[in-house]
Amino acid sequence: MEHLSYTVTAPRAAGGTRRQAIIGVVASGNLEVLAERVLATDTCTVDIATAARGFAPVWQAVIADFVALRAAGGLRLSINDGGARPDTVALRLAQVVRLIEEPEA
Amino acid sequence: MAEWCEQRDALNQRLAAGQSHAVGKRVPLDRLPALLESVLRPGDRVCLEGDNQKQAEALARALAQVDPARVHDLHMVQSGVVLPEHLDVFEKGIARRLDYSYSGPQAARIARMLFGGKIALGAVHTYLELFARYFIDLTPHVALIAAVSADRDGNLYTGPNTEDTPTVVEATSYKSGLVIAQVAKIVDKVPRVDIPGDLVHFVVETGTPFYVEPLFTRDPAAITETQILTAMLAIKGIYAPYGVRRLNHGIGFSTAAIELLLPTLGERLGLKGKICTHFALNPHPTLIPAIEAGWVEQIHCFGSEVGMEDYVAARPDVFFTGPDGSLRSNRAMCQTAGLYACDMFIGSTLQIDLEGHSSTVTTSRIAGFGGAPNMGSDARGRRHPSDPWVKAGVEADPLGSPALRRGRKLVVQIGETFGEGNAPLFVERLDALDLAHKLDLELAPVMVYGDDVTHIVTEEGIANLLLCRDKDEREQAIRGVAGYTEVGRGRDPAMVARLRERGVIRRPEDLAIDPLDADRSMLAARSIKDLMLASGGLYRPPSRFRNW
Repeated sequence: MEHLSYTVTAPRAAGGTRRQAIIGVVASGNLEVLAERVLATDTCTVDIATAARGFAPVWQAVIADFVALRAAGGLRLSINDGGARPDTVALRLAQVVRLIEEPEA
Repeated sequence: MAEWCEQRDALNQRLAAGQSHAVGKRVPLDRLPALLESVLRPGDRVCLEGDNQKQAEALARALAQVDPARVHDLHMVQSGVVLPEHLDVFEKGIARRLDYSYSGPQAARIARMLFGGKIALGAVHTYLELFARYFIDLTPHVALIAAVSADRDGNLYTGPNTEDTPTVVEATSYKSGLVIAQVAKIVDKVPRVDIPGDLVHFVVETGTPFYVEPLFTRDPAAITETQILTAMLAIKGIYAPYGVRRLNHGIGFSTAAIELLLPTLGERLGLKGKICTHFALNPHPTLIPAIEAGWVEQIHCFGSEVGMEDYVAARPDVFFTGPDGSLRSNRAMCQTAGLYACDMFIGSTLQIDLEGHSSTVTTSRIAGFGGAPNMGSDARGRRHPSDPWVKAGVEADPLGSPALRRGRKLVVQIGETFGEGNAPLFVERLDALDLAHKLDLELAPVMVYGDDVTHIVTEEGIANLLLCRDKDEREQAIRGVAGYTEVGRGRDPAMVARLRERGVIRRPEDLAIDPLDADRSMLAARSIKDLMLASGGLYRPPSRFRNW
């Protein structure tokens, strides 16, 4: 198990008003992402617990593209990763941002 | 005096020697090893029928039982090295030389035996290439083939899995070679004559059908969101703009996703009748929903697929069927159709390098080629125009004289940037080169050469290599869709941006695709059971795919 932690500046604040959102499942090749709206709107943190060691540069690249592309400001993201491929990680991050933007039921 | 009939004399000697084990053409199963010992000679070229689907496994077992003191140094010329017995004959010294095409499940063992010097390798071929050599310099002296049933005269019925048999028999029997067939049953009258009896010399009744591998069944339940995204990109970014009607699909999950998106996304885009109307393709179960929705006019098949027999027989307007009602497949004909009459090949691979060469070889496995390189290559002998072929030709050579410009086949590699075990699809150097070096091969085993590839599709986008004007552009176009692999992260961002402005690289958003829409709910069938239901119960999935 490897723990990685990133704090990045986010150019766009997350939309919507939900306090939190969760998506995905921890399984081989998959991951779960918990998003909590608890930070300043220009900041995003990502804490990762991953089963696959040695992929820090890839995580960093995925997260840099993610905050550039999606409105992630204000979110603390916690990831439990079962060795998902980068494309799956990028998809789940995009999905959790969309979920937290949705109007509350 | 010149001798002109030595081969025919040799055949007569083989027939006479074999006759002591036969009644008429019929040989009892337990006499098969003895028959083979009496008709085979050291150094014979032997075709033991088997490919990626059907297997003459009773004959393979018998050949592995012959006495190596009597039968040795055979030169095996066969499509597939698939069964353990195919390599046992080399282990025991019964065979020595090998020319073949495909070795899926034996890929690791064949590599070990090549390293160990047990096998003297001629070459790894494509199917069509090996078939061609059967008629020029690799003509079998003896062919061991498989059929469903035979009559007393040796007329053979192959059922839906005709596959390589007509080609093997044609090359062997008309060049004074000996043909031995295994059949499940000897009957009074065969349902249809796939192989005329006068070309078949001995027949053995095994009591059990020959083995067929369900290689083309892809469970929709295993299709990922990323594969759906690549499939959406391919449909909107390649199938639609080129208007690809005549094509071949590989066996990967991305192309299975495309098949399952035709009745949903394809329908919404108004593409019915404009794409995917004619295929050179095995009867893929994942194509059932599109066929049922009226998308597909015609399919010619290399082989059959386990469980699809009744469905195919009930759709003779779409498939080629015999007077008995069942599918007639023919690998050599279908490979030729895929090479010359299709405008696109789209398939997956394991590794792509910076020039676009692709390979399914890794350092410890030699899977062979099968048929993909025939489909996945530009047919230089092609002379008939079609819209996609001409459009691709214009993109590659916009300044050429229209009446003298060659068209181009669309050869598309589709895949996720990372494969099994997070192995990157894109690499600086193919493992095939290390393998070639280790085995002292003159040619590295390349599945599709870079100069044949026209497009690469990943979840990051589409690279159109036809529009690249030099080596650097080509490399950056490939890096530009290589995602988070090292190759992808090593891109020149400014040049990739310029390529995108020119449409050489197209991102999902350039094609109005939201990656978040790539959802399993878009698939026309989401399980094997859905496929069965879509077929009205005609598709009977093999038990290993039944999980309900």
